[in-house]
Amino acid sequence: MIGVDVVIAQISGLKRQDLERWISNAWIRPDRSAGGYAFREIDVARARLILEMRDEMEINEDALPVVLSLLDQLYDLRRQMRDLNNAFTQVVPSDVRRELAAHLAMHSRRAQI
Amino acid sequence: MADPYTTLGVPHDASQDAIRDAYRKLAKQHHPDLNPGNAKAEETFKAVSAANSILSDPDKRGKFDRGEIDASGQEQAPRESYRDHAEGGSGRRYSRTGPQSSGWSDADFGDIFNSVFGEGRQTDDDRPSHGRDEHYALSTTFLDAVNGATRRLTLPDGRTLDVKIPPGTTDGQALRLRGLGGPGRNGGPAGDALIEVQVAEHRHFRRDGQDIRLALPVSLSEAVLGGHIEVPTPGGPVSMRVPPRADSGTELRLRGRGVPAHDGLAAGDLYAKLNVVLGAPDKALEEFLRNWKPKNAIDPRLDMREQP
Repeated sequence: MIGVDVVIAQISGLKRQDLERWISNAWIRPDRSAGGYAFREIDVARARLILEMRDEMEINEDALPVVLSLLDQLYDLRRQMRDLNNAFTQVVPSDVRRELAAHLAMHSRRAQI
Repeated sequence: MADPYTTLGVPHDASQDAIRDAYRKLAKQHHPDLNPGNAKAEETFKAVSAANSILSDPDKRGKFDRGEIDASGQEQAPRESYRDHAEGGSGRRYSRTGPQSSGWSDADFGDIFNSVFGEGRQTDDDRPSHGRDEHYALSTTFLDAVNGATRRLTLPDGRTLDVKIPPGTTDGQALRLRGLGGPGRNGGPAGDALIEVQVAEHRHFRRDGQDIRLALPVSLSEAVLGGHIEVPTPGGPVSMRVPPRADSGTELRLRGRGVPAHDGLAAGDLYAKLNVVLGAPDKALEEFLRNWKPKNAIDPRLDMREQP
């Protein structure tokens, strides 16, 4: 289990009160266990990303919810695309897949004109 | 490995501030977690980070300038990336549709599979299949939702549909009309029509589960002397007795006058909270108050002072 102390030790520059505020803002959503918060790897990576956005890219915390919301939507869509892609490879016969790819390529060429 | 000054696009005599600004600008543009699936952005970001790790540190920058280290010697360890987690199944934790959701709703399947696949699959698949569910939204007044109503809907294909809104319908509730969705293929059953009911707010009533809440204006004399007054309820006006010496904030209950009984739930109650309205006081009232010496004078703001 990854606890708060481990997260703070792993991410240099991360302050405890920052992490706690991000949790109370629901920007990071660790599990709760008897001993406090239990983080998964994705939570740690997300905390690191938030810190980078705030300190290195100077996206202030007022603007962060907008960025996080758009990011979460982007990753939702990318997961859907991946699921769809998996479904295609398993369900759709290869000749239909080729036809589909050709159609999409043609369509995007047309859109560029 | 490119020259770090070239990578960041700064001159060799750039100040530390200029280097930091250049790095920030490039990081915003090329951060791999903000550009998932874009390999070029990732490569650029790696190069920019490596260049920055040399030039942002005056000590390392000096060594590089004197030729003591080269640009490649400072490459960073592979980054732990948010993107790797977010794109996998564990990324559902931060899904906008909630961590439990699969990321797929019926509507998504409808949109994607019917527009992308619909025609293509029909030709090489002659098995009977279920028609798809059609989604509609229906807005209704507060009172129709509370009391129940029948509404006629015209579907995009011209069919008309009588939709029965059952009593006690809540905002966002979906009504399923079996067999009224898309036609089945090859003898399969038709899909369902799913109608999401949007309930408008009411000017006076507010719903609280099975109960209805209402702010009820009363005159000064009705509040002080009491009496029978007419109260609007979702089922029509009813007469209610206001007890003498009532005050603003007094809540009176009309049993069974809330949301009607439905689906095994008993009828709710109507709670009317009195709100004393003075209107335009006349001379007589002003005169009376000027000469009035109340026996039990109160301080209505006592509580506010004691617990500010």
